[in-house]
Amino acid sequence: MSENDSRGSVLEGIKGRAGIEKQIVLPWSRALQMTRENIFVRLGRSAITASGIFLGIAFLSAVLFGAAAQRVAASIEVEKLGVQQATGEFQARIIWLACMSLLVATVGIVNSMLMSVTERYKEIGTMKCLGALDSFIVRLFLLEAGVLGVLGSALGAIIGTGVMMLAYIGRVGWSGVLKAWMTDAVQFGSGSGIPMWLAFIVTLLIGGVLSILAALYPAWRAAKMPPAAALRSEF
Amino acid sequence: MSVYEYIVRTKDLSKIYTLGGVEVRALDQVALDIRRGEYVSIMGPSGSGKSTLFNMIGGLDKPTRGTVFIDEVDMAQLTASELAFLRCRKIGYIFQTFNLIPVMTALENVTLPMVFAGLTTDDALDKGMELLKTVGLGERYDHKPTELSGGQQQRVAIARAFANDPAIILADEPTGNLDLKTGKEIITLLKRMNEDKKVTVISATHDLKMIDVSDRVVWIRDGKIERIQERKDIDLQVGVMAGEEQ
Repeated sequence: MSENDSRGSVLEGIKGRAGIEKQIVLPWSRALQMTRENIFVRLGRSAITASGIFLGIAFLSAVLFGAAAQRVAASIEVEKLGVQQATGEFQARIIWLACMSLLVATVGIVNSMLMSVTERYKEIGTMKCLGALDSFIVRLFLLEAGVLGVLGSALGAIIGTGVMMLAYIGRVGWSGVLKAWMTDAVQFGSGSGIPMWLAFIVTLLIGGVLSILAALYPAWRAAKMPPAAALRSEF
Repeated sequence: MSVYEYIVRTKDLSKIYTLGGVEVRALDQVALDIRRGEYVSIMGPSGSGKSTLFNMIGGLDKPTRGTVFIDEVDMAQLTASELAFLRCRKIGYIFQTFNLIPVMTALENVTLPMVFAGLTTDDALDKGMELLKTVGLGERYDHKPTELSGGQQQRVAIARAFANDPAIILADEPTGNLDLKTGKEIITLLKRMNEDKKVTVISATHDLKMIDVSDRVVWIRDGKIERIQERKDIDLQVGVMAGEEQ
């Protein structure tokens, strides 16, 4: 009996090695359902994971909106009093601060996801015994981090800008607050800039991308675990 | 279709762990042939190497030396995805601690391997319900593992192990966390599945109740096969044991 024939008996129904990846599947719908279940069952931990990115993004978007609203306020004051305020440098520094806080939030997510992986050693091992490929495990963890990141940053961006809008209503009025959305939140030396509405969208993207980046290492670690090692651990 | 007499063969199988600089031979040159459709119990005290043997046969861990053949295919030659395929379709695992996915219902647990195998949702749900009925849990399909007793969880795990009609069922101390009566029920259920579905059952255990249903018992001590008992020898011994218990 040649080696090829006998391989055929174990992997019955498989046409060549390339076909196997397609023979074992995790449909996106089921992956999303599992992600939802995982997030809701461990709501406490999920909230902590999301709150890191929530706070970071809230801070960043508050700073950005503050910068835009400040420009509106300055232009109003120029019209009224003819006084020019220098605010640019201060705003630039505070945006750096916000970026640093995002970095801290990212490290927080790495930590939180690593704990989540440790907590689920046995579950991951079991899934592998049921035939899960490494890529399924990676996908599940990245999806979870992505969903938490998007939710956290959406909430953070809304609350961050919301608070700033309330803070500036007294100074620039409703029309000023609305105008701030079209005003540059970030200005570059060349005079070009990013309007607030665009900065808002970019902030959301940053939140989602950072969360997924933060989950890469924990997800990889989870996927690389040999199934037997996962089954031995008692958590 | 495969027609080999032996579904599992191990040759010179050794596993050596290094613990604190000391070499521990968990398995030492084990040669074991298991026939298709057989119910084999691997018996031995804790630390005898039976779980290690279980892991090797199931492709869950790599041997230090030697080979495991499943249907005459050397497991070490399989790629990661071929191994996953083997675990998904050809082997059903049952564990001492049941290992159900805690966030999923009984039915979702049973259908998960079918989802991996590419079954449509409807087919998977039908088959999952059928399997749950077979193990006597048709009514409790919507319960989470925490809402089920140990015996019921193990029944769900057995239904899950049979999800993709495997050729081999590997059970690692399936009755280890169960009381006497529930353990007996699980053994009976495994034996029934073994006979009805013509599936090979390999069970690592130190539960003597298991001897009753086994075609062969492999006794392991210090990583080596001590002796192998055939069915006819077993009958005799069980008679004596039953008398002792009364």
